[in-house]
Amino acid sequence: MSNSHKYETVIGLEVHVELKTKTKIFCSCPTEFGGEENTHVCPVCLGLPGVLPVLNKRVLEFAIKAGLALDCEIAGFSKFDRKNYFYPDLPKAYQVSQYDLPICKEGRLEIEAEGKKKTIGITRIHMEEDAGKLLHSGTTITSSHYSLADYNRTGVPLIEIVSEPDMRSAQEARAYLEKLKMILEYIDVSDVKMEQGSLRCDANISLRPIGAEEFGTRAEIKNMNSFKALQKAVEYEVERQAEILDEGGSIVQETRSWDEEKGVTVSMRSKEEAHDYRYFPEPDLVPIVVEPAWVEELRNSLPELPDERKGRLVNVLGLSEYDAGIITGSRALAEYFDRIVACYEEPKAVANWINGEFLRLLNAQGLEVTESKIDPEDFAALLRYIADGKISGKIAKEVFAEMFEKGEKPDEIIKRKGLIQISDEGALSAVVEKIVAGNPKSVEDYKAGKEKAIGFLVGQVMKETKGQANPGLVNKLLQERLESL
Amino acid sequence: MRKGENVLSLTGLTAYKLSELLRKREISSTELTEQHLELINALEGKINAFVTVTGEDAIKQAREIDKRRARGEELPSLAGIPAALKDNMCTKGVKTTCSSEILYNFVPPYDATVVEKLRAAGTVMMGKCNMDEFAMGSSTENSGFAPTKNPHDLRAVPGGSSGGSAAAVAAGEVVFSLGSDTGGSIRQPASFCGVIGLKPTYGYVSRYGLIAFASSLDQIGPFTRDMTDCALVMNAIFGHDSKDSTSAPVEAPDFTGYLKDDVKGLKIGIPKEYMQSGIDQQVAAYVKKAIEKLEELGAFCEEVSLPHTEYALPAYYIIAPAEASSNLARYDGVRYGLRVEADDTISMFNETRSRGFGEEVKRRIMLGTYALSSGYYDAYYLKALKIRTLVKQDFDEAFAKFDCLLTPTSPTPAFDFGEKADDPLSMYMSDICTIPVNLAGIPALSLPFDTVDGRPVGLQLIGKAFDEGTLLRVAYTLEQNTDLTRPKPDLEGGAAE
Amino acid sequence: MKITQKDVEHVALLSRLKLSEEDKDKYTQSLNAILEYMEILNRVDTSSIEPTAHVLPLKNVFREDEAGETLEKELVLANAPDRENGCFRVPRII
Repeated sequence: MSNSHKYETVIGLEVHVELKTKTKIFCSCPTEFGGEENTHVCPVCLGLPGVLPVLNKRVLEFAIKAGLALDCEIAGFSKFDRKNYFYPDLPKAYQVSQYDLPICKEGRLEIEAEGKKKTIGITRIHMEEDAGKLLHSGTTITSSHYSLADYNRTGVPLIEIVSEPDMRSAQEARAYLEKLKMILEYIDVSDVKMEQGSLRCDANISLRPIGAEEFGTRAEIKNMNSFKALQKAVEYEVERQAEILDEGGSIVQETRSWDEEKGVTVSMRSKEEAHDYRYFPEPDLVPIVVEPAWVEELRNSLPELPDERKGRLVNVLGLSEYDAGIITGSRALAEYFDRIVACYEEPKAVANWINGEFLRLLNAQGLEVTESKIDPEDFAALLRYIADGKISGKIAKEVFAEMFEKGEKPDEIIKRKGLIQISDEGALSAVVEKIVAGNPKSVEDYKAGKEKAIGFLVGQVMKETKGQANPGLVNKLLQERLESL
Repeated sequence: MRKGENVLSLTGLTAYKLSELLRKREISSTELTEQHLELINALEGKINAFVTVTGEDAIKQAREIDKRRARGEELPSLAGIPAALKDNMCTKGVKTTCSSEILYNFVPPYDATVVEKLRAAGTVMMGKCNMDEFAMGSSTENSGFAPTKNPHDLRAVPGGSSGGSAAAVAAGEVVFSLGSDTGGSIRQPASFCGVIGLKPTYGYVSRYGLIAFASSLDQIGPFTRDMTDCALVMNAIFGHDSKDSTSAPVEAPDFTGYLKDDVKGLKIGIPKEYMQSGIDQQVAAYVKKAIEKLEELGAFCEEVSLPHTEYALPAYYIIAPAEASSNLARYDGVRYGLRVEADDTISMFNETRSRGFGEEVKRRIMLGTYALSSGYYDAYYLKALKIRTLVKQDFDEAFAKFDCLLTPTSPTPAFDFGEKADDPLSMYMSDICTIPVNLAGIPALSLPFDTVDGRPVGLQLIGKAFDEGTLLRVAYTLEQNTDLTRPKPDLEGGAAE
Repeated sequence: MKITQKDVEHVALLSRLKLSEEDKDKYTQSLNAILEYMEILNRVDTSSIEPTAHVLPLKNVFREDEAGETLEKELVLANAPDRENGCFRVPRII
């Protein structure tokens, strides 16, 4: 372990987000993930000689929405540029991107890490096209004798969101990425699936002596495919740089790749590389002039964003910060919650069940909220059964599990299985009488002062009634009967 | 005229005359096509205007047109007329090479928009014409295969880069052809080969499917033997295209409507900078002769100054190579064209591009790369874009006063093979009169006007953006009132040798 | 000298062109001649001039987000110098 506490960590993130348009950014090919190799392509995205790009309007719309959700200034005048470099996954040997006039700039995002709130600056958001995919003959690119190029992903629209170097720890970096993902999901512009590559993150990391103003030399870390990977990669990189600095060495400005298996970052330097992208205005695309009226229209079309929504759940519905945080963590869950509350106005009870049984079952089966078979009205109906004392909490969990499994209505399950709680005193008195008569030892124990013995007797009554007896009532009747002996 | 009878020679005629004969069914498109193919067979050994001749396809298309006409279908005016394309326009199923080794075997899976339009017009495609590799050159000597010769004098270059398209029309191998013009590549070969060549306003004709040299300058246009054909071909190829973002969203005029024998009252500017250093005395004399003729016909001609003219050429040779360096980066041996095998991808890229591109193309790729590279962008590329603004402003100011401008197309008639081949700068200078027009995006045409020692000389008419009409009108008037606009090569008598 | 042989080597590297020693010499010379000629641009004061990247004043050209035809797979690969399993094959990358 080195003395990394001597240094302040400085992190900026560059996040690439695949937009969920139907078609690619400059041609009408589908953006669908997967599919047989080289079947989602046309002359335009293959970069054949002679083809020309035409901008998909929805890409611009989604980029502006992302900008608005991140409190950015939307550029009145914007344009595309070419970024030139050779690579077999890039069919034109240039990527159409935005250089000096991006569509959005100067935004901000509020995060919470280790209990502290903090605002992270957004430098810019720009639109660009994705590259293709290379399938390597070996397990890694370096051990492969050859590679195969699949251009299905070429031309899928991306936005790149660049943060200011405002993060100071791996936790903050992770919190930023999680919050960003949440917002993008809310505004419905991306699938934001890290494992499928629709959300990709590069981190610029540097260290400087505590108190120093100037930034240290940074390394850019790529290939982190999960939140956990981001956190681990940053932690590793901070240690690595601290050790070098401690030994009086200097950091090389370079790109490094996170090796998940070995848990280390590896230099991607190559002597053949020449980094000069020679950006220049894309002559095949004309400038974009965004009218303020359209920006307002898009602003009005944005849904309630996570912070706003969480505030409403806490302040209006009376949930705890913790519960509200979990529920608003995903737009789908928050909307599901709202729909249940609309049918059953006991937000706290709804929150308990959502954050308890519902999420437990979802996680256990690896499902998304949207894949749940439980209709919000049925969810509400079940909670009403409990409130009305018609079923016990324990029975309710059983019923809920069945609803979750099959999508059946609670009434049907309860009726089919005869689960309605017995709250009829007459009927229960008879059972109590039978149990008291059949367990003289326990009765004696109770009378001798072992109050716990009543628990056993309650259990016996519940067993006799197949769990349908109202537990409160059983307790009361048993106590009365035992006292009267 | 039926086969077997006294066969009328159908080559060397204009599209509108042939169209009339076809419409009246006095001739068939099949015999018309066959005669042109025979001439191609007879002349190609001398001229080499074509990279690919698609004879069988052409006969098939001609038969189809004849069938449709026999059924009584009303067909467009270019239906059944044999034509050719510069080999940088993509043709589905037909090799498209840009006269480059690097695309020696490339067969596009799609048609360029102009090709679709010509197919819809029923034109018979005879083949693909030779050019300077990737349209970089002014003599067609830079073809990666073999040079094209000037039908008027086989010792002379046909001009370039669309040398094959110009020569094919001049030699009578086709009735009309299409070329592309980035800095003069239609007008200069039109001037050298004695045919009409029009570079339309940037954005008038779709660039979709035109293999890019310099995207902000490239424009497709026609080569024809007279002004009426020029208008007819423009009618067929122009129009807004949703596949080209830089295509102008303008209404379609009927270009034949501009063919008026009347220049009375028109104000024609004579830019003095185009008449200065380096201009051949004979060429200057012909421009003066044209001015006299136009004044005689009632036009008003006056000298005008375009002060930034001398800066247009150096600015062009920064902008065009810069765009080209990016446009030509895709030829990397991965997806199509030449690949030189190597152990690793970077070596494969290097070997393929070094062998596949010719010397001039490599020079321009490096020049453009340099102009865009870190530390030089502002001094070269950005500076050139600012000069472009000034060149455009010069024209805007001139057009505030004049309806069109008249200049020589090229400072000299066609030069000999090898004369400039080893000196890139002197080759670049041959486009000094045509380049400013591309920087400004405005239209210009070259009209043949007499010859020097049997080598044709062209006049250039330059117009306002989207005002091809005035150019057509002035050129048509000159055509109707002199016998200098239709020089004929003497290929049979061997005088050309 | 506007451009040295070292510059030419760097530019060739960026352009993915392999040059022989003879080539380097030749291109250094011809590029120098061209760049020297371009010097005349420095006679023009362009400090207050806006650059022209597009000659037509067009803006906001879009397409709707509607799917169109993709290219038949055989045609996608028809020109491939080397192919395998429906992909374009390239030699070792690193």
